[in-house]
Amino acid sequence: MTTIPVQYYLVVAAALFCIGLAISITKRHFIGMLLGIELMLNAVNINLVAFGRHDPERLSGQLFALFVIVVAAAEVTVALAIILRVYGRFKTVDPDKVNELKQ
Amino acid sequence: MEAIIFYIFSALTLAAGLFILFSKNLIYGAFALFLAFLGVAALYVLAGADFLAVSQIMIYVGGILVLLIFGIMLTQKKEKSDDSTRHNRVEVPITRKIWGYLTGIGLFGLLVKVILSSNFRMAGEEMSTKSTIKTIGVELMTSHLLPFEIAAILLLVALIGAAYLALNRNPTA
Repeated sequence: MTTIPVQYYLVVAAALFCIGLAISITKRHFIGMLLGIELMLNAVNINLVAFGRHDPERLSGQLFALFVIVVAAAEVTVALAIILRVYGRFKTVDPDKVNELKQ
Repeated sequence: MEAIIFYIFSALTLAAGLFILFSKNLIYGAFALFLAFLGVAALYVLAGADFLAVSQIMIYVGGILVLLIFGIMLTQKKEKSDDSTRHNRVEVPITRKIWGYLTGIGLFGLLVKVILSSNFRMAGEEMSTKSTIKTIGVELMTSHLLPFEIAAILLLVALIGAAYLALNRNPTA
C-alpha cells in the first residue's frame, strides 16, 4: 500500500485554508463569513489528521481534530443565534451596515 | 490507485471551495460546502482516520450544514424595492474582492513555499490499517478525560446560550 506523503495533505489544506480566508473576507453576508470559517477549520483538521497518521499509538492529532469539530459545532450554533438577533433588529445581514451597538 | 483517489477528492474539495468563493447565491454556496465536507471526510479516510471521517459527515453535514441553510433561509430578503423614486444604487464592492483574493493568494504562496522548503522527519511508525475507534475511545476515557468533560460543558453552555439568544425575538412585544 503506497502512502501519500504528508506534504500533499499540507498543500491541499493550505489551499483550502486560503480559499476559506478569501471567502470570509469577500462575502458581504454574515453566513457567508461563517462558511469561510468552517472551511478554514476543516483545513486545519486535515493538517492535524495528516500528522496524526504517524502517531498510531496515541492518536493525538485525531483527538485534537475531534475537539476542533466539537468547538466548531458550538461556535456555529451561537453565531447563528446572534445573526438571527442582529437580523431581527437591523433587518440586514451586511456586516458593513451593522456599525452601531444600539439603534 | 490511492494517489488517484487522493487527487480526485482534493480536486473535489478545492473546486467546491472555489465555487463558494465565486458564487453569488449563498444557498448554492451552502450546497457546495456539502461537497467540500464530503471531500474532506474522504481525505480523512485516506489518512487513516475512519472514526473522524464518520464524525465529520454526521456532525458537519447532518448538523452544522442544516443549521447554516436554516440561517440563510431565515435571513433572506428581497433586494429589489418597488419604490420608483429611489435612486438606483450601483454597488461596486471591488476593493474588498481585490484585497480578499490578494490575501488568499499571497498566504497560499507563502504557505506552499514554507511547506515545500521544510523537511519533515517523522518519528513515529506509519499507521497500519487497523481501526482507530478503540484507540480513540481508550484515549478519551484515560488521558484526555478532562478535555472531554470540558467539551461536554462547552456544548451544554452553547446549547443554553443559543436557545436564550434565539428566544425572545421581539423585545418590545
